[in-house]
Amino acid sequence: MIRYIRWCAYFCALLLVALLVNIARVQVWESAAYGANPANKRPAIERYAKPRGDILVDGRPVTGSRDSGQLLRYERTYTNGPLYAPVTGFSSQTYGTSFVERAEDAVLSGTDPGLSAFPLWYDLARGRPPGGNAATTVRSGMQLAAYAGLAGKRGAVAAVEPATGRILALVSSPSYDPAELSGTGTRVKEAWARLNADPAKPMLNRALRETYPPGSTFKIVTAAAALDAGVVTDVDAPTRTPDPYPLPGTSTLLPNAATGCEDASMADAVQWSCNTVMAKIGVQVGLRGMVEAARRFGFDGEALRVPSWVSRSNFDTDMSQDQLALSSIGQFNTKATPLQMAMVAAAVANGGELKSPYLVERTTQDDGSPVRRGDQRSLGRAMNPATALRMQELMVKVVENGTGRNAAIPGVVVGGKTGTAQHGVGNAGTPYAWFISWAKAEGAPLPAVAVAVVVEDAVADRGDISGNSAAAPIARAVMEAALATGR
Amino acid sequence: MTALTAKVTEPAPPPPDARAPKRRGVELTLLAGAVLVCVLGHLYVGLATTGHVPRLAGRYAAGLTAAALLAHLAVRFRAPYADPLVLPIAVLLNGLGLVLIQRLDATTPGHLTAGDQLRWSALGMALFVLVVALLRDHRVLQRYAYLSVAAALVLMLVPVFFPAVNGAHIWIRFAGLSFQPGEFAKILLAVFFASYLAANRTALALTGRRLFWKLRLLPGRVLGPILAIWLLSVGLLVLERDLGTSLLFFGLFVIMLFTATGRIGWIAIGLLLAALGAYAVGTFEPHVHSRVDDWLNPFASIERGEGPGQLAQSLFAFGAGGLLGAGLGHGHSFLIGFAAKSDFILATAGEELGLVGLAAILLLYGLLVARGFRAGLAVRDPFGRLLATGLASIVALQVFVIAGGVTGLIPLTGMAMPFLAQGGSSVVTNWIIVALLVRLSDSARRPRPAEEGAQ
Repeated sequence: MIRYIRWCAYFCALLLVALLVNIARVQVWESAAYGANPANKRPAIERYAKPRGDILVDGRPVTGSRDSGQLLRYERTYTNGPLYAPVTGFSSQTYGTSFVERAEDAVLSGTDPGLSAFPLWYDLARGRPPGGNAATTVRSGMQLAAYAGLAGKRGAVAAVEPATGRILALVSSPSYDPAELSGTGTRVKEAWARLNADPAKPMLNRALRETYPPGSTFKIVTAAAALDAGVVTDVDAPTRTPDPYPLPGTSTLLPNAATGCEDASMADAVQWSCNTVMAKIGVQVGLRGMVEAARRFGFDGEALRVPSWVSRSNFDTDMSQDQLALSSIGQFNTKATPLQMAMVAAAVANGGELKSPYLVERTTQDDGSPVRRGDQRSLGRAMNPATALRMQELMVKVVENGTGRNAAIPGVVVGGKTGTAQHGVGNAGTPYAWFISWAKAEGAPLPAVAVAVVVEDAVADRGDISGNSAAAPIARAVMEAALATGR
Repeated sequence: MTALTAKVTEPAPPPPDARAPKRRGVELTLLAGAVLVCVLGHLYVGLATTGHVPRLAGRYAAGLTAAALLAHLAVRFRAPYADPLVLPIAVLLNGLGLVLIQRLDATTPGHLTAGDQLRWSALGMALFVLVVALLRDHRVLQRYAYLSVAAALVLMLVPVFFPAVNGAHIWIRFAGLSFQPGEFAKILLAVFFASYLAANRTALALTGRRLFWKLRLLPGRVLGPILAIWLLSVGLLVLERDLGTSLLFFGLFVIMLFTATGRIGWIAIGLLLAALGAYAVGTFEPHVHSRVDDWLNPFASIERGEGPGQLAQSLFAFGAGGLLGAGLGHGHSFLIGFAAKSDFILATAGEELGLVGLAAILLLYGLLVARGFRAGLAVRDPFGRLLATGLASIVALQVFVIAGGVTGLIPLTGMAMPFLAQGGSSVVTNWIIVALLVRLSDSARRPRPAEEGAQ
């Protein structure tokens, strides 16, 4: 019997070995796969177990964390949520993250290896450093000015610092409160459904993700291309353009909204926004020249990251002459984000060099010690420095004595360009009112700011008047705020 | 009852040392260590989940110390030669179970069970003291073989008349208390099997018509009654949908039959029949069928969009523990749901103590089982040997079936992890098993009366 008892003992030992091998398999081999299973709630519980780091504007947090006492414990709160929503985006237990909340998620949620001097220690202790902060380049005064300017209208404002690429303001209207999406439960689901069903699309970040036909503001690109290509050498020389201008190869006549455009010079054409002259110049530059110029300004490039991705602005690369003519005045298939048009103004203001726009100045640990700095990168030359100087003069004339007088600020050098973009089937939609501009304090070495404003539902007659009446005052308010905080 | 006392000659074990060491000091030291681990665990869970020392920590520590001391004194005076490892392992496992349940209570404030478990553990330890003190010689039990089996059958029959809980008719609820009679029945059945097989093993081992080669058909006269009782109990359990316990009883029967007769051929046939039966039940019984499906594909419910099932949650918990675990109080095994404190308590151990802690717990069980087999090897009478083997096998099989179930090694069957899981009848039963093992090991290591007299 002793022998059989031993056999039984061996059998039980075998069972024990099987158990040990199996738990080693489950806890070591399969561990990562189980952790990555989307139905496993643990990563989410861990993620929300600690307060999330904050997003800062002017060094002050515009976000916060609230202990909900729920399974996913800390929920996001937003101070002045609608104002900063295009910057922060949302951080929702139910719907994930967007914009800076998404782009800097690793730092904010505390998983970024840069948050700890000894990442291995946290691995071993199965803990996590507290979430870090993301300081944005946005200035609250400019953001408020832009938001107030757009109040009640659909549209967007993007403002950048020309010399560095810092995004100083980023506003989309109408906006929404991302706090409504924080947390879990039916309240959040209802808010999500309501915001998505809203025809005004409040969650659409119009400054970064919506592309509009840039209309006459694109004439800055066309003019710069013409100067760089040598198609126009004297901006004040008459261009021998008929009014209306027959689009090449068609019998369609392109009219002007402005008067006095017949045979106008390029300077006058920019100042008074003559479609005919600029369309003709675009055709003279030619498809290749125009495409290259547009690319240098950032059109058709790789999707920009600021660090949230930005919709690609488009300038067609394969067009007939008449299509090129229309494209040269920002119509046909030409589409640009407000940020892209702010970059156009910034390139002019910055002597032709285009800086890559960025939104996060630096990320820091909980105690303020740096993790990463936002990088000032050049996107190259959009135009020759001489061309840039010439373009600055032309844009200043637009504000001083042209279509953009509403943007003028006493004692400040302001350059601008109005735009009205036709859109919709047969151009039936209410035209978009555009204004792009830059401003330099008198005697200052560098322009302080470049702004692009688009107002979707400008109630005004067609023509560049709407750009001046609806969009230029907003741009002026933003520029004033920029100069005020700059001083 | 003469048949039951039939003696069979066995090769005599080597005579124990004339002055066999009693090792009671070792037991006391190990007990102190076990109590310390449990008290520290209790404090740690309190600090990790609520941020302060548990309110009743002092009473908890004093109570556990007193209970362990009483059990030790019972062993010291009534079973002085007993194996010094058995009692400390039992105290440690029971204490760890209390710590894990206390930890899970912290995340289910509406359903506190640590207090109940503590009272049941106290009752279990009291019964341990009682059994060790009153049962002077395990051979007494041999006399109650038929009474045992009758009691076992009645106990197993009763729950049929009570409503099912979670799909199984294995509980009796009475006056707010609920217990599983099947738990007690397993000891009674082990006693009966040991006693019957010890009495009839000559007939079982040597008689019977030869079928072919070495295979002999066991004589129906001897095999019949025990087979009938086994079939009856397993049939009842299937009726009650208690698959785990029927598996346990089958394993117990096969192991004890094998130990008594050494006929491996019959074991093979038994296993084959069991496999066929399990396949049939697994295919046609919906309750069991779904569990087999879960085992084969634990994440199927996720793919169907119904969220993770219990087994998937359990696997997630084990995976989250990794090598070192999240630390007591820092896991999320409450996601498993209502069975987290009972059937799935190992998942909490795996998540919060890690592979290291879980392996330690399994090795503790292994050690307990090994000491049981050791007692079986050393004890001198066939009944004692079979009983020790049976009791050790019960613990081993139960640990394997549950641990294998919650870690996805075998299909899940609802059973309680000995000592660890929440459940009064289980804790009490396991304390009685430990008391019997202490008694058997004492008798195994005790100097023979002749030698004792010579001292």
